[in-house]
Amino acid sequence: MCDTCGCNVTPGNAHLAHTPNERGESAVSVLSSLLTANDQVAAHNRAHCDTHGVLALNLMSSPGAGKTALIEATIDALKDELRIAVIEGDLETENDAARVRAKGVPAHQITTGTACHLDAHMVHEALHHLPLAGLDVLFIENVGNLVCPASFDLGQHRNVTLLSVTEGDDKPSKYPVMFRAADLMLLTKTDLLAVLDDFDTKRAEANLRALANPAPAIQLSARKGAGMEHWIAWLKQEVRDQRHRVAARVSLRPAIQPDGAKLHQSFGQWRIRG
Amino acid sequence: MSSRNLAMHELSVCQALLEQVATVAKSHRAQSVSRIVLRIGPLSGVEPQLLQAAFPLARGGTFAATAELVIEDLPIRVKCEQCGAETDATANRLLCGRCGDWHTRLLSGDELLLASVELLEAEEACATPVAAT
Repeated sequence: MCDTCGCNVTPGNAHLAHTPNERGESAVSVLSSLLTANDQVAAHNRAHCDTHGVLALNLMSSPGAGKTALIEATIDALKDELRIAVIEGDLETENDAARVRAKGVPAHQITTGTACHLDAHMVHEALHHLPLAGLDVLFIENVGNLVCPASFDLGQHRNVTLLSVTEGDDKPSKYPVMFRAADLMLLTKTDLLAVLDDFDTKRAEANLRALANPAPAIQLSARKGAGMEHWIAWLKQEVRDQRHRVAARVSLRPAIQPDGAKLHQSFGQWRIRG
Repeated sequence: MSSRNLAMHELSVCQALLEQVATVAKSHRAQSVSRIVLRIGPLSGVEPQLLQAAFPLARGGTFAATAELVIEDLPIRVKCEQCGAETDATANRLLCGRCGDWHTRLLSGDELLLASVELLEAEEACATPVAAT
């Protein structure tokens, strides 16, 4: 079936894949991503969204950076133009899903209990609770955490990473795995810049560039509305691009995921090791 | 998958690892696994030391219950798209080591790979299994 998980090795060809030594031990080279199982479900989720013409965005940030406030303001700005649904990820409570539903938009809350990130399996289950047909945009609000969510592909098309100006402009340098994964960096709560003397938006962007990441950086305040038009323009362009991709039967992975898929193609075969 | 019940990121990675190892062991009809070799880069988001600490907790009752976990650290290397140089870099400064430009492509450093698995055969080895070195 595939060359990566080993399911192509049968009793008939297993002798080609390894040779035991005199101690009865044999070494099998695998060279596949540790997250193969997650990545396979993620690919399935992405295909599911593509089938329905939905653009899936993974929103990641620290807790309290304003992910839910951004979603609320986006719904207010676009609810007559785009059909939106939301998957909310938190350790506990239905609070965020309730906030989104109050805006008249379908939302499904995942409570992870103790898990620090969403994974593709959780998102797959959540997709079955949402009316994908007729949707334009699916926001997946990840668990607030700048570490673990970056390692798990959920089946999204784009990663949007929020950095609120109360957090410090060196966050991209402190959490390189997260900010390297960003297709768009949003500097949020910029209405507070007036009372903060230690956040330099240029420095935040320079720290993103130092990760070799060309992603655009947009400044906005979801509460006050400043800069929202740039985010809305980016989002509408992504929706148009997704429609074109769906029409052309092309799918899009976020810019950076652990390079498992790429490596599978070149190394994803069973090998004999001495 | 039951990874959602585990608190630590590294524990859930361990569990994914052990599922893959079990697949390898089963398809070779092996009795058990003596050694697992991983290759991990600093930009994978997984901390090798934490993975080592989580592994003994996760391996119990699996094919790898007595297996040794070996983690090979991979360096961060970038290739400059401006001057073409291939140089070392650090996790939060992926700049070209020669010209300093940020337009670089990562050559190595974000890997999270199961490199190889050493198996104990079901029949021959069960008399005197010897740990791999």
